[in-house]
Amino acid sequence: MDAVSTDFRAPDLGTRRRHVVDRGFELMALGALLLALAALAVLVVDVLSDGAGRLNWQFMTDMASRRASSAGIYHALAGSVFVIALTGALALPIGVAAAIYLEEYGSARSKLSRLIEINISNLAAVPSIIYGLLGLGLFVRTLSMDRSVLAGASTLALLALPVVILSTREALRTVPKSIREGSYALGATKWQTIWFQVLPIAMPGILTGLILSLSRAIGETAPLITIGALTYVPFAPDGIWSAFTVLPIQIFNWVSRPQAEFQENAAAGIIVLLGLLLIMNAAAIFLRDRFQQQGRG
Amino acid sequence: MSVVSRGEIRLSAPVVRGGPPAPPHPTKIDVHDMNFFYGDKRALEDINICMQSNLVTAFIGPSGCGKSTFLRTLNRMNDIIPGTRVEGRTHIDGQDIYAEGVDVVQLRRKVGMVFQKSNPFPKSIFENVAYGLRINNMARSKAELGERVEESLRAAAIWEEVKDRLHESALALSGGQQQRLCIARALAIRPEVLLMDEPASALDPIATQRIEELIYDLKKNYTIIIVTHNMQQAARVSDFTAFFWLGRLIEFDRTEKMFTAPTEKLTEDYVTGRCG
Repeated sequence: MDAVSTDFRAPDLGTRRRHVVDRGFELMALGALLLALAALAVLVVDVLSDGAGRLNWQFMTDMASRRASSAGIYHALAGSVFVIALTGALALPIGVAAAIYLEEYGSARSKLSRLIEINISNLAAVPSIIYGLLGLGLFVRTLSMDRSVLAGASTLALLALPVVILSTREALRTVPKSIREGSYALGATKWQTIWFQVLPIAMPGILTGLILSLSRAIGETAPLITIGALTYVPFAPDGIWSAFTVLPIQIFNWVSRPQAEFQENAAAGIIVLLGLLLIMNAAAIFLRDRFQQQGRG
Repeated sequence: MSVVSRGEIRLSAPVVRGGPPAPPHPTKIDVHDMNFFYGDKRALEDINICMQSNLVTAFIGPSGCGKSTFLRTLNRMNDIIPGTRVEGRTHIDGQDIYAEGVDVVQLRRKVGMVFQKSNPFPKSIFENVAYGLRINNMARSKAELGERVEESLRAAAIWEEVKDRLHESALALSGGQQQRLCIARALAIRPEVLLMDEPASALDPIATQRIEELIYDLKKNYTIIIVTHNMQQAARVSDFTAFFWLGRLIEFDRTEKMFTAPTEKLTEDYVTGRCG
């Protein structure tokens, strides 16, 4: 055929088939998206319909009880917040210091440094129960921390560290070279340059990474069960040596009861945990946006 | 060797436009047989140059000729780039700055630097200037700190524009203002030498003119070395000009002579725009 038909509306089986495939792929992708959203929606609706009725001020402020109707979540919520705050307080300085060494002091091209980097990336993917076993052996037994808030937070800090180190290195890399040079040119030492110029600029990125790793840690149950936090603790922790329980463990306890009332409590507990996660992720997004605005400035 | 011998330069009278008779200009920076390497690549070859106090020396030459690299050897700014190496002798006030035991922090306090792209810290105008004073413990009280900041901003001819907004972000300033703030920041720690790496290349003509006027004022108190791509700028602001070509110092002489009667054919071709 020499000339293509000039009537673009003329039927052409070849192109029609291609259009059908095109449309088909679009629908398939949309279907996949809706499936994911539907699963999430079913989960949220199911949890809300089960637990919303139980969610009231009494539930938020009361401690665990053997009677479902008078049981509350306060002790587990306080335990979660306490453990996660301590986890952050442990993971932030250690993670940032390790990242500063790797990024600023260690020679970036050395084989050892590359080996460490690969290992940190692998650690970030290690199943959390392994960290639990490490915590049991190291913190609970060897260091005799027992089943304390400190032992739980230390274990979760180990879990959070790889992500904190990786995101801190990423944040340090985004600080422009010109800022470092400007500082050095004024007679600043390396440490002064890092402390006064590099870290403040990198801080929003570092905090975003920290919060995201903490919001992973707050939902972790396995490592805490491993170190013995599954025992019935009906009170809020009053110090770092206190025994504790956390939201996911309390939810797990309630779910394993046969009575329907405890199932309601579990659903309400899930709502509280989801709310806490939402708040933490919103904080991370807020910090990231501020970071991007600074970058433009 | 095409480089003008150092003896000759000492004999030539510096050009000072108007004003009182020129003060004496003792040798400030004396570089002898310097070679500089990035890894295996030699970026500077056998540099010999002698620069005098309270004069402006301009480095000209095409991109990649080594003029910025040479400038950065004078406050050892290249030290932070891994794999660099310096050979030869670089003396400032008779001291070898690459000798063992030299504290780069002290060197950089004496030899300040202004960069091509203005690089204010993302802090307030005041904090930008106060930073060098704080880290070097150069102000004993808050009042003294404030005085030194004002003095530096005045010296960089930017005080009038920023005095009412010292605590606003330095990033809100215009490009020209940011560059003068960076000059103020460099002056605050009272260096003796000021290295300027194409300080006006990113600025509009009016901002450029202000920087040039400032350079002219500053040479009363500082020894200034400026790298520039702009031949007219070199002719306007400098007393001496050094021409670099492929990592070598081709010619170094009084600016007037460099632009009207250079000794080297290569210099003549470059300043008249026939090559480079």
